Formats: sequence, C-alpha cells, structure tokens
Amino acid sequence: MALETLDTFPKLLVHHALVRGDRPAIREKDLGIWQTWTWHEFAEEVRALAYGLAEQGLKRGDHMALVGANRPRLYAGIAAAQCLGAIPVPLYQDAVAAEMAFPIRNAEVAHALAEDQEQVDKLLEILPGCPTLKHIYYDDPRGLRNYNQAQLMSYERLRDIGRERHRRDPGFVREEVAKGSEHDTAALFFTSGTTGVPKGVVLTYRNLIERSKVVADWEGITDRDVVLAFMPPAWIGQNIFSYAQPLVAGYCICCPESAETVANDMREIGPTYYFAPPAVFEALLTQVSVRMDDASAPKRALYRYFMDLARRVGERIMEGKPVSLGQRLRYWLGNLLVYGPLRNVLGMSRVRIAYTGGEAIGPDLFVFYRSIGVNLKQLYGSTETSVFVCIQPNDKVKPDTVGPAVAGVELKFTPERELLIRSPGLFKEYYKNVEATLQAKDRDGWFHTGDAGYIDADGHLKIIDRAKDVGKLADGTLFAPKYLENKLKFFPYIKEAVCFGHRREKVCAFVNIEMQAMGNWAEKRNIPYSGYTDLAARDEVYELVRECVERVNADLAQEAEIANSQIHRFLILHKELDADDEELTRTRKVRRGFIAEKYAPLVGALYDGSDTVHVEAQVRYEDGRTGTYSADLKIRDAKTFPPAAAKQAA
Amino acid sequence: MILSVENVSLAFGGVKALREVSFDVKEHEIRAIIGPNGAGKSSMLNVLNGVYHPQQGTIRFQQKTFKDMDPHEAAALGIARTFQNIALFKGMTVLDNIMTGRNLKMHCGFLHQALWAGPARREELKHRRTVEEIIDFLEIQHIRRTPVGRLPYGLQKRVELARALAAEPKVLLLDEPMAGMNLEEKQDMCRFVLDVNDQFGTTIVLIEHDMGVVMDISDRVVVLDYGKKIADGTPDEVRNDQKVIDAYLGVTH
Repeated sequence: MALETLDTFPKLLVHHALVRGDRPAIREKDLGIWQTWTWHEFAEEVRALAYGLAEQGLKRGDHMALVGANRPRLYAGIAAAQCLGAIPVPLYQDAVAAEMAFPIRNAEVAHALAEDQEQVDKLLEILPGCPTLKHIYYDDPRGLRNYNQAQLMSYERLRDIGRERHRRDPGFVREEVAKGSEHDTAALFFTSGTTGVPKGVVLTYRNLIERSKVVADWEGITDRDVVLAFMPPAWIGQNIFSYAQPLVAGYCICCPESAETVANDMREIGPTYYFAPPAVFEALLTQVSVRMDDASAPKRALYRYFMDLARRVGERIMEGKPVSLGQRLRYWLGNLLVYGPLRNVLGMSRVRIAYTGGEAIGPDLFVFYRSIGVNLKQLYGSTETSVFVCIQPNDKVKPDTVGPAVAGVELKFTPERELLIRSPGLFKEYYKNVEATLQAKDRDGWFHTGDAGYIDADGHLKIIDRAKDVGKLADGTLFAPKYLENKLKFFPYIKEAVCFGHRREKVCAFVNIEMQAMGNWAEKRNIPYSGYTDLAARDEVYELVRECVERVNADLAQEAEIANSQIHRFLILHKELDADDEELTRTRKVRRGFIAEKYAPLVGALYDGSDTVHVEAQVRYEDGRTGTYSADLKIRDAKTFPPAAAKQAA
Repeated sequence: MILSVENVSLAFGGVKALREVSFDVKEHEIRAIIGPNGAGKSSMLNVLNGVYHPQQGTIRFQQKTFKDMDPHEAAALGIARTFQNIALFKGMTVLDNIMTGRNLKMHCGFLHQALWAGPARREELKHRRTVEEIIDFLEIQHIRRTPVGRLPYGLQKRVELARALAAEPKVLLLDEPMAGMNLEEKQDMCRFVLDVNDQFGTTIVLIEHDMGVVMDISDRVVVLDYGKKIADGTPDEVRNDQKVIDAYLGVTH
C-alpha cells in the first residue's frame, strides 16, 4: 500500500504488519512474564475480531463502547471496530455505572467490550436504561461462569466466530478497511465534564494521524521507542500515546500487570517516551521525599548536597548551556551517586522525552525532574485539539510556560485573554450537540479553549488559569485560584487545595492533607490518629499546614501582580475530595464551583471570622454503606506579608 | 460424598475434645464448621488432615476408609489447609512461599536440583506457571517479591490461601480464614473463597467464629458445642435451631 493512502488506523496497522511484522507492537505483563505481540500477530488478532464483530452485526457508522484498563485486547477491540468503519467509544474504567449510561445512550451504543466482571456488572446494571445495548463482550471470564444473560459473549468466542467467518468470506474485512477515508470519524472521546453533562468529542482519522505525525517527526520518535500505558485509555492523553501515535510511528506500547505494579513494571520495561499528568509526577516525588526522610543521616546529607547542586546546574547542563568545569565534574559525580540511581528507581533511566500536561505543574516539581536529567517537558492541548497544540522544545524550556505552538497550529486571544486555537487537529464536532459545537468552535474554525493566558517575549504560551475561573478580588486585583492551589500542592503534606476569593476582600482556602506523607510525619512524632478525619483535625497538623500556607504567602508577596492574593484563613477538610462524590473530575481536577456550593457553610465561616464551623456530612464507605459524620472543624489564620517586607520575612 | 467422618471421638487425657461426631462433605460444596470457643472446631480440622489421631471412628475420603490420617498422606491425597495463626516463612518472598506449596509435586532428584540441570529447570518452569496463575487469581502480583514478614495481616492470609491452592487440592481446609480482619478484608476473602470454589471446583471446609460471614457463603453448616455435634444443615436451618441459639447466646439454668 502506498504511503500517501495510509490515512486511517486500520490501513496503518496493515502497513506495519507488512514492513515491521516481527517487531513488537504491544507487550503485556501476564503471569509474571512480559508477553509480546508482534505487529503481524496484532494485525491478525484485530482481523479475526473484526470478522467476529461484523458477524455480530457491527456496521459502518455504529458506535462500540470499550471499558477497561490498558490491555492488548482492548486496543485490538478499538482497531477491529475501526476496520469495519465503526466508531470506538472508550469509557473510563473507574466510572460508576450511572456515569456510563449517558455516553452509551448518547452514542446509541449496541456493542461493548468490557474487561472483566466488574465492568460487565456495571453494564448490566445500566442495561434497563440503555435499550440500544445488545452485545457485551468480556475479556477476563473470571467470576462470570454463572452469568447467563443473552447479551454476554466471551472475547474468545467472538474471535472464534470471526475466524470461522474469515474462512467463509475472506477479503471482506480487507474491503471494509479500504473503504475508510481520512475524513471518517476515528473515535468518540467523552470529556470528563468539569461542568455539566459530558460531551462526546468527534475526532477524525486526519485529526489524530496528522497531529501524531507532526510531533513524532519533530521529536524524532521512531519504531524503536517504548511507551508504558498506565493511564485510563478513555483519556485522550493516554490514547494518543498508546494508540494513535504508535500506529503512526510504529513503536511498541507496554501494558502493566495491574494498577498496583506500575512502578515496578516501569523499572522493568524502561520506557523511552513517557507521558503523565502532573499528579503522577507529584506522587512519585512524594514517595522519594518520604523515603529520603527515613534514610540514614549520611545518605540524607549526600542527597541534600547533590540535589542542591542539581537545582543550580542540572538544567543548564541538559540544555547545553555554559557551566564551569568544577561544577560539571561534581554533577558527573552526583549522576553516579544520586541522579542515576534515582532515575533508575523511578524507571526513567531510558526516558528520552517525557511530557506532562492536562494541568499546570508546580515549577519546583517540574525543575526537580529536569535537574536530575529527565527531559521533562510541558505540553498543552485538549481532547478537542487532538492533544498537540504547544510543546516545549528540547533546548529551550521555561518552567512557567508550555512552549511555542507546534507546526500547523495558530493561536490568538480574545480581549478577555481567552486563548483561541486553529489547528489541523481540531475536532469535527461535539456528538449530537450542535449548540455546544457552535459555542466552542466559531465560523472561522477557531476553537475557544476557555483557558486564559498570553504569549511571552520568546513566543511561548503561558496559561494562567481557566478563563472563567480567573477572577478579581474586591479591590480589583487579579485572582487566579489554580495558581495558588498549585503552589500549596507542591508541599508534600498537601494533597489538594481549593482557594476562594473572587469578588471577596481576601483569599481563603480549603486544604486536603496528603495521607502518606502526613501519616509518616505524625508517626515519627508519636502523634496517634485513627484515620484521615482524625489526623486532619489535629492541632499539630494544623500548625504544619499553617507554616506551608505562610511560605506560600511569603512567595506571593514577591510577585507584585498577585501579592494581594495571599491566603488569610484556611481549614482542613474532614474528608478527602473524591471523584465518586463529584468533587473532582475523573482526571482529578477540583470542581471549585461544586465544592463552594456543597460546602457553602464552611466557606461562609472562613469569611465571617469564626474559629470553628460545625459540619454534618453523609459519608459513603467503600462497601456502599453510608454513615453520618459530625464534628467541629477548626479554622486558622495565616500570617500575610506586605509586599515590601517579603524579603526579611522569608 | 468426597469426605465423611463417622463417630469420631478424640480425647487428650481426660479432656474429651470430640465426642462421636459424624458428618459428610459433598463434592464441590462449601461446608462450614462453627461453634463457640473450645467447641472442637480446630480439633476436627486437625483430625481431617492427620495432625491428631482420633481414638475412635473412621474417616472416608474418596471411597477409601482410614482409621486416621497422616499429614503427609493427607496432603498427597489432595487435602490442603491453612492455619489460624499464619504459618508462612516470614523471611521468604511471597513467590517462594507459594512455591513451597508445589513441594509434593516436584519429582526431580536432589542432584538435578542442586545442579539446576535440564529436568529440574523444566519442572520449576512448569510449577512457576501454576503459581503465577494463582498469584494472578488472588491479585497479589504487586507483592510477588516482597518478604512475607513485611506484609499486613490480611495479605498474609491471602498468601497462605495461595500456598494451599498451589497444591491443587481436592479439599481445602480453612482454619478461621477471616479471623482478625476488618470488614473490607473479610469481604475480599469471602469473594476469593467463593471464586476458588467456583473456578477450580475445590471442595472447601472452613471453620469460622464469625457466624455472619459463614452463613452468607456456606452451602451447609455443622455446629459443634463441647465436642458434640448439635446441628447440621443449611444456614437457614441452623440459624433457627434452638440448640444453636442456646449454645451461642447461653441459656439460664
């Protein structure tokens, strides 16, 4: 097949099976051993599955839901649907049943591939409300032996049916693949929906393939690269790196054994190309900090000394900037003693390019990874833009920007500072939602991102916050809540923060403590606690959090534009913010408006000067029972600094 | 009937631990033995796998009648068990502990094993695969290489179950598998017990202190009190049996 006609994923798959049939396409750790599927094997699997689905009635234009973790069979399912011209709809595997009902109804899904009993149970639960759903295929049969619903069929059975049909009717799938064109819909991704109902983003083959190719060429991604797929495949940020781009560049993706073994699997595989949201990098650093706190004194001293050095020269060395010979030698020694082993523990020894995105990353966190020699770069994009909009170039990374626009992308701003984008990767439409499409994409093809920012002197894009979240304090100065929250979250003891201040005279905050780090801290000081709620209410913990808040305030005092955003009062929430309670999105972004409404009395108390506030809350336990929790939460004041006095105080 | 005991009596000196107890276990069922402290539950289990030798009575296992069992013989016949106080090798990894469950199925000579010669190696690979399937089944991949001593209690219990399963038993004896667990751990354990029974068809005899859990997962229940069988039947029958209620709640004399 000529290269210029490789305009759909199934065509690309056939191409790879021909030109690099024996190279690994996808690996999965199963029964303790990394099992490899070559491109040839993967293509055969997909073909059998496509025949099976065709036999079951999946047609061009139909939608097929896929629910599960990163598994070769899930990706085979995506490709098989596309072979027939059907549209895969990957769904978040940790979503509760009710959240799955909307996409399935909205896209009139008739076929679904579920990973295991857990997912099958959820689909069966919503079945009465989803009359279109007729076929549920499952990968792992465990626990499903006594299920006799007519809709159920095992993956193996589906594949066998497919092989049978292939014998009778060879050539059918090949013809179907050939019918596909770049303007067809490749996939439907439902956005997690920070507000309102989720929207199905329609992306064409051209969107995904063009963007993947431009970036692969620019970064020099080849078929020798390796990616570990460990985020939900329903998230475009995972899918583009574990489905679209591997099919464009021909590299191999690896599926971890289970969610608990990711760190270990990553060490074993040694990926060369890595993408993770900031929360993952944060969790990794927290683990390192906690373990260093427990290390012996000489090790701690060594770590402190070399990390100090790395902060000063590490990035400059990586970017090839001038550094004195003495410092180069010391960094070399540090690499031998600290940075190398640290990268190895993190599983990042072979990483050439690491991206982070989806959320702003704390500058200190970002610099940490770069300083130990991991080429971590920020990336800006969203589902609607097929991810790639801006990427930091290798030799010019500024921690507070997301880099210049990738080739083919045009950027401009509205007077309200909202960022607009035009790009070949721009989505076709929101599925069955003309109104939302018109709102997001204007007549000239500009996508309204909802993000506020500006282009700096070097041509790099800087994002401050969501346009609708950027507010003003009562005195008219800028209030960017996410910016403050990120500063708080950089402390290992703080997991989540929610700042309030729009149209108010001062800023106040809710804080969630990080259980692992704080628990460790408390144990060392012999502070007893029974669980999160108990620990969060302790005076010692409040004192520690107050210190963190005051350090943020000292920092803010030095930045003239936001010096007024210093945090005056805070409280530590009695529960962890949770996506199951709708306080976070599935990608762990705080839903500030929802939280402000849900905890309105608490917000009120922050501003009316009281020292405590009474809460009574419904708590939902993991086993589904509910209980009531009632207590008085403490509220503490934090010291603020006048902009001029900042230097002495810090 | 895969297993039955008839008129078994066991005494330690003057202490009568079991008095003429008879019951049977059907193939593929989950059979519970319950009773208050000191009722003779653990003694019964120890008789079944040959740790104790009863003075009276017989044990029938798969059409063969035994006066008493010998632990090694019981294991070879396909009876595996777990212990109330976890009996694992604390310093060894989870994987190695489970591999010891394959012990009886390894046939290579000492010399082959010491030299890691061809047959020993092939044998080890075969057994490792079975063990990996069990690790996958019980969802303990993440602790494969962790020394057992460093694991929390609930996970250690799961490792012990894994080791017993590694012997591919026909009958699995569980001595208080949920003792000392919190609610969530208990639910996990129940699920695993049911899954083992369903997936591998293993017959399960379990002792439990906690009535609630047992009633939910057992097909039939034997109730012991002071070494005597006081009831035998489905959970519902047992629950409403006056003698059982008396034994558990006590009666005024």
